Amino acid sequence: MSNVEQTYSVLVNETSCEVTCDPETPLLWVLRDSLGLIGTRYGCGAGTCGACTVHLDGIPVHSCDTPMWSVGTKSVTTIEGLPLGDEPHPVQKELIDCQAGQCGYCLSGIIMRAAPLVDAARAGGAMLDRESVCTALDGNLCRCGVHNRIIDAVVKASNP
Amino acid sequence: MSAPANLSPSLTANPLLSDWIRFTDDEAVEALTGKSELGQGISTALTLVVARGLGLNPAQVRMVAPTTVISPDEGFTAGSLSVQHSGSALAQVCDRVRELFLTEARQHMGSDQVHLVNGQFTDGARTLTYWDMALNVDLDVTTADLTGGVNPASETTDLPRIDLADKILGRPRYLQDLRFPSQSFGRVIRPPFRGATIDQVDVAITSAHLGVQSVVIDGSFAGVVADSEIHAIEAAELLAQAITWTGTSDALTNADLVEFLVTAPTVNAPLTETATAEKATTENSDCTLSARYSRPFIAHGSIGTSTAIAQWRGDELTVWSHTQGVYPLRTDLARALNHDIESITVHHVEGAGCYGHNPADDAAYDAVLLARSVPGSPVLVSWTREDELGWGPFGPAMVVDLAASFTADGKITSWDWNGYGNGHSSRPSTLSSPSILAFGDQAHGIPIPPSNDPPLVTGGGTARNGRPLYDIETITGSIYRLDVMPIRASALRSLGAHLNVFALESHIDDIAHQLGVDPLAYRLSQLSDPRGIAVLEKVAAMSDWGNRPSGESAGRGLGFARYKNSGAWCAVVADITAEETVRVDRLWIAVDVGAVITRDGVLNQIEGGAIQSVSWTLKEEVQFADGRVTSNDWEAYPILRFSEVPHIQIEIIDHPDQPSLGSGECSMGPTAAALGNALFDTIGVRVRNLPLSPENIVSAIDE
Repeated sequence: MSNVEQTYSVLVNETSCEVTCDPETPLLWVLRDSLGLIGTRYGCGAGTCGACTVHLDGIPVHSCDTPMWSVGTKSVTTIEGLPLGDEPHPVQKELIDCQAGQCGYCLSGIIMRAAPLVDAARAGGAMLDRESVCTALDGNLCRCGVHNRIIDAVVKASNP
Repeated sequence: MSAPANLSPSLTANPLLSDWIRFTDDEAVEALTGKSELGQGISTALTLVVARGLGLNPAQVRMVAPTTVISPDEGFTAGSLSVQHSGSALAQVCDRVRELFLTEARQHMGSDQVHLVNGQFTDGARTLTYWDMALNVDLDVTTADLTGGVNPASETTDLPRIDLADKILGRPRYLQDLRFPSQSFGRVIRPPFRGATIDQVDVAITSAHLGVQSVVIDGSFAGVVADSEIHAIEAAELLAQAITWTGTSDALTNADLVEFLVTAPTVNAPLTETATAEKATTENSDCTLSARYSRPFIAHGSIGTSTAIAQWRGDELTVWSHTQGVYPLRTDLARALNHDIESITVHHVEGAGCYGHNPADDAAYDAVLLARSVPGSPVLVSWTREDELGWGPFGPAMVVDLAASFTADGKITSWDWNGYGNGHSSRPSTLSSPSILAFGDQAHGIPIPPSNDPPLVTGGGTARNGRPLYDIETITGSIYRLDVMPIRASALRSLGAHLNVFALESHIDDIAHQLGVDPLAYRLSQLSDPRGIAVLEKVAAMSDWGNRPSGESAGRGLGFARYKNSGAWCAVVADITAEETVRVDRLWIAVDVGAVITRDGVLNQIEGGAIQSVSWTLKEEVQFADGRVTSNDWEAYPILRFSEVPHIQIEIIDHPDQPSLGSGECSMGPTAAALGNALFDTIGVRVRNLPLSPENIVSAIDE
């Protein structure tokens, strides 16, 4: 922490935003606090639970240990920016259909982790299997024990 | 078909119909409950109960989150009792409300041939709604004469969770997301070890930091308030560097735990009110089996951290919390502040998953103390992950000694149970002084007293499921509840039932093994309880019990219990692979929760409980040394990951004519037991100390 704030221009959910913060401030808190995008969750602050996952240029990252100085011109996508128009992302639709949640706190990060995988599977016409979903989600923690429903929902969502 | 039911205890405390049900001007029904949505889906289940009771569409029912302003006081959301207490109360109330409106409709239409059809009262020609008559029907009447009431589960249909879509779509729903005008944000600095006090502190640098509104030092309680969450986090880092601490730490470490638990000073009580303190007789028995079992402290490990908002306006205090009990929290806030309880309001707002007494109430008091320094501003306080895993209450470590005597034909003649550990509840309002963390740090504060156990009549704590359900002539034993509490202990899902069921079902398996009898056949031969037999037979059929998995490192085990001996029946079969670590491949679960309200809700709770129990039983152990919990991040305190989760198949034995029983905790013990028995089946060695980690397995092999 430098106690000297800087102003950053950052592209979030296809909207250009200006934020002023310490360069070391994690992207998570800029999203939640400065931009009011509260769908991204704080879980551990150390990149070990996945609750804060967002996309940088389409690639899932942990926003809790991504300092603002490192974001640069990369495009940030949060769960608020994931749906296309009014339609929820296929992962979100299947999670609702499968009632794949208890407290739901981990789901935002899980959705952001799974979405690119599902998009690629749908584009490529090859459904995901349980094993590949588990591998992809192994860095995302769920404490309520909803794993199997989540896995099933992500597999179903990958069906084009 | 409806079953006779006694008056719900919740109705004794909140006796008016209007305590529970209100018809609003926008043609909705407001249903009030004291039970909190913790992620378990209770608000959905209660919505369905009210909709059925009043013959309305669930969309017309609006559940009001618990609040000390208007909600019935139902104590804590705990013990798998929400459906039993709040569900049956609402069912009984709705039954009476419907009758009152039907009577009014018949009088108004002058006809006995008025019926409730699709939510409207009609004689075939005319119709009246609840709202048409709401001004004419007095709901400020007592429910004291209610003894029957419709069964809350007279039909089983599923209703999607009313809160889940918001959570999946990333909409504001959690307490962490709640924002008010002129909101401030706070953070608290916790001591480096238990018992440390502030020696020196210089707040100058922190106070001068961007956005800082106040720095609060009260005894050894230290925190900051700032204009944004980012500034509060930054200021907290600065304040942590500006404090020097002093004091001596407790030398206890988790490695010494078993010895500590059986030698620490205790308060003793018999296992049951009727049991004598004598050891069980071994006369007329051919065989005996004695063994010691243990588990470590276990963390709640919610994925979100505890959070609260507090606001002072003059002497009026308002708190928003994800507490399990708005009224008990209010009681402890009033005690800790020495403040008029009537000028304190507590509202429940949903938080991340709750599995027992976590730091939600502690965060509330943190927010109260910080908000006092910025009158008028609502202050949101969130805990860090390190504090959540390091400073919250833990599920108590336990030691259980079992001694059984049995005849050569398998009849168990005596069973002696002795349990050691901290009590399983230090919930707000239940101890001699407030049990909210920061109170112990304040200048005028008192350290949290040792935890207590819920009474045996409501299931007990240390002794929960200490008594086997099997046919045993004499059951004896004592509870050795610790009178000291170096590591903070309180209620975690299923309380003592996790270790007790693990221990007793391990013991039963060992007896069967000694007798050379199949573990399933042995249980069935020693059990008279028909619903217990039914879940055992069901799970045996589901898993094709006799058809063991093949392979040198594969094994199969069985676990069974009726939760609290008064709740749901659950039997679990586990298939595992034991190599460098234990992997659970598959679980089959048969459960009887009486009448099912929401089938999907029950399945979700049973499976979630089983997976959490797999995680506790295989992996989890709170580690501590020098007064400090060192397992305060996810690397030091690993929990079960996606790739480690077993396939699970669940069947529910539905009893629509029987009272509904809670489903949140009944799968924890039987799952743990099934894993232990499967491990014995695989390696031929009994591992009695949890977790079933490589270290504990090696120790058991070496013995």
